[in-house]
Amino acid sequence: MTTSLERRNALYGNDLACYERMVEIREFEKITNALFAAGSIRGTTHLAVGQEALALGMATTLQPTDVIAGTYRSHALALAFGLTPHSVLGEIMGKATGCCGGVGGSMHMCDTSVGVLPTSAIIGGGMPIAAGAALAFQVQKSKNIGVALFGDGATNIGAFHESLNLAAIWKLPVVFICDNNVYGEYSRINTTTPIEDLHKRAESFAMPHMAIDGMDIHAVRKGVGEAVDRARSGGGPTLVEAKTYRFSGHSRADQALYRPEGELEKWQKRDPLLVTEQDLIARKLITQDQIDQMKSTMEADLGALAKKVESDPEPELSAMFSNIWTPAKAGK
Amino acid sequence: MTAMRVRQAIVTALADEMRADENVIFFGEDVAEAEGPFKTSEGILEEFGPVRVRDTPISEMGFTGAAVGAAMMGLKPVVEIMFIEFLGVALDQVVTEGAKMRYLSNGTLSVPMTIRASVGSGLGFGCQHSQTLEHWFASTPGLKVLMPSDAQSAYSLLRAAIQDPDPVIVLEPRILYAERGEVDTSIVTKIGKASMRSTGSDITIVALGHMVNIAEAAIKAAGVSADLVDLQTIIPWDRETVLASVKKTGRLIVVEEAPQSGGWGSEIVAIVTAQLFSSLKSAPFRITTPDVPVPFNGGLEARFAPTSDDVVRQIKHALTQSGAPQPWWVAEGVAK
Repeated sequence: MTTSLERRNALYGNDLACYERMVEIREFEKITNALFAAGSIRGTTHLAVGQEALALGMATTLQPTDVIAGTYRSHALALAFGLTPHSVLGEIMGKATGCCGGVGGSMHMCDTSVGVLPTSAIIGGGMPIAAGAALAFQVQKSKNIGVALFGDGATNIGAFHESLNLAAIWKLPVVFICDNNVYGEYSRINTTTPIEDLHKRAESFAMPHMAIDGMDIHAVRKGVGEAVDRARSGGGPTLVEAKTYRFSGHSRADQALYRPEGELEKWQKRDPLLVTEQDLIARKLITQDQIDQMKSTMEADLGALAKKVESDPEPELSAMFSNIWTPAKAGK
Repeated sequence: MTAMRVRQAIVTALADEMRADENVIFFGEDVAEAEGPFKTSEGILEEFGPVRVRDTPISEMGFTGAAVGAAMMGLKPVVEIMFIEFLGVALDQVVTEGAKMRYLSNGTLSVPMTIRASVGSGLGFGCQHSQTLEHWFASTPGLKVLMPSDAQSAYSLLRAAIQDPDPVIVLEPRILYAERGEVDTSIVTKIGKASMRSTGSDITIVALGHMVNIAEAAIKAAGVSADLVDLQTIIPWDRETVLASVKKTGRLIVVEEAPQSGGWGSEIVAIVTAQLFSSLKSAPFRITTPDVPVPFNGGLEARFAPTSDDVVRQIKHALTQSGAPQPWWVAEGVAK
């Protein structure tokens, strides 16, 4: 069985593999959506359709020993960073085979073997934690870095400002990556936030900042790479704002009827899959036929996986009582 | 044994842990250069240096959350919250992040962090700086909550908290910081284990923090033979010790510096009543504060937390009648 780390390592230096993973995420989210509609998934899901390039760009710029604290919109992050579709879908379906043993759910992905800290369902919740992980790396004189991934909505919460401030004064090896997908839950950014170029908020912390095209993996790698290099070499934190767009509603309950006319269509022309396909075709790394074949194979494979996961074992009752406190002998 | 003040016992415990384990780091507001508003970190910066000992911005959510992240990466952060109320702005990081990280990592991560906070009434700080607030945490699975009652327990509980692999909150009664006591630095308390301040046969009194001292004075003044259980840990509390004691005495009073509604003592009274119903000689009951904010005026504040005079009155009631007494504010006709 392929491990998360093997899946992560397969991406480095391989643009075709990155594209295939983007296709995996896109098809995975379609299946998640269908399973939810069919009643096979409880609770809620937050799809990351349209945000694949950012996930892959981060995954191939960071090392597996770096850590990232992400959000409840967690599927793309998890798959890009290496978690298997089985462990992600297993978690979404509450199965014992899920990455959290089925007790976490769609919003909570984690795999420490590839640096994915538990994703938080609280807006901004992971930001102080990423700064704290970076504090540990600083104290331990490690070359690892911490990363916080959060949405545009998080830049209005206290955790954002406190984390950036703390990271700036302590010069922590951390990168703050804002996935500005234009909507905070059901509200467009202009109704909640006085500016739309959120990276400028770093000015008040005397912190380097930049906006990048979050729909293009190369632009993501370049921008995030610069921030990562700065953090790793002792230059302190950076705020990176990735301009993306949320192609789906906030969660399954949201049909996103509030979008201005034509906005979605405009952004769909910058669909990260499309952008990557054009790049790969131009570089003669893939043909349209191969793309079509890859998508249908992925759809079939993930469909078969979904059937398998549906019959995966449920967690034992004892799972409810596990991992509350650390067992006494597991260390101090 | 060494004689020291409670605040010195705290400094000593922190220093001993920092010497024993280089992963222990310490930060909070004015804890480094200024050595703590309550002088609970005297000499710590000087001995351990600015990498491990840091002043933070006034930013509890940021630095408490940073402790969660640093703990998950292998450090053992100790953070100081100057007044427990200040943890209100960081509650997400304690209750919803820190306490859940082991659960949400399928057991692959631990959060060995310690939060120290000063708590309690009696010093005229007013209603936003005098609460104990342990009930905010006592019903959050994943946390451990401790409260010392003297110099020895301040030392021994803090060492246990820092050594523990999970998030631990140590609530320090501010009124005790200047109190002196003998400390044996070889003692590290087992979390979840109560301590017997005195033993007797007629009644069991369970108390926590400064209320242990109030109860001790009351037992002496009443001239009764009582088991005085210093709970020390609120979660997980020591059921074994409490149940064994009440089985012996047949009577239970819990003394709490916390509002009557929703206090930790309700849990103890409920469990004891359910498990020892047939061996009880009188109704178990709680002595608490009224359901009011902590008043500033000195005369009023002196009546806010249980007093030894009132505990004496209620002990005598428990020894002579089967039903529970009224709280003082009802008995004196001040409030309902």
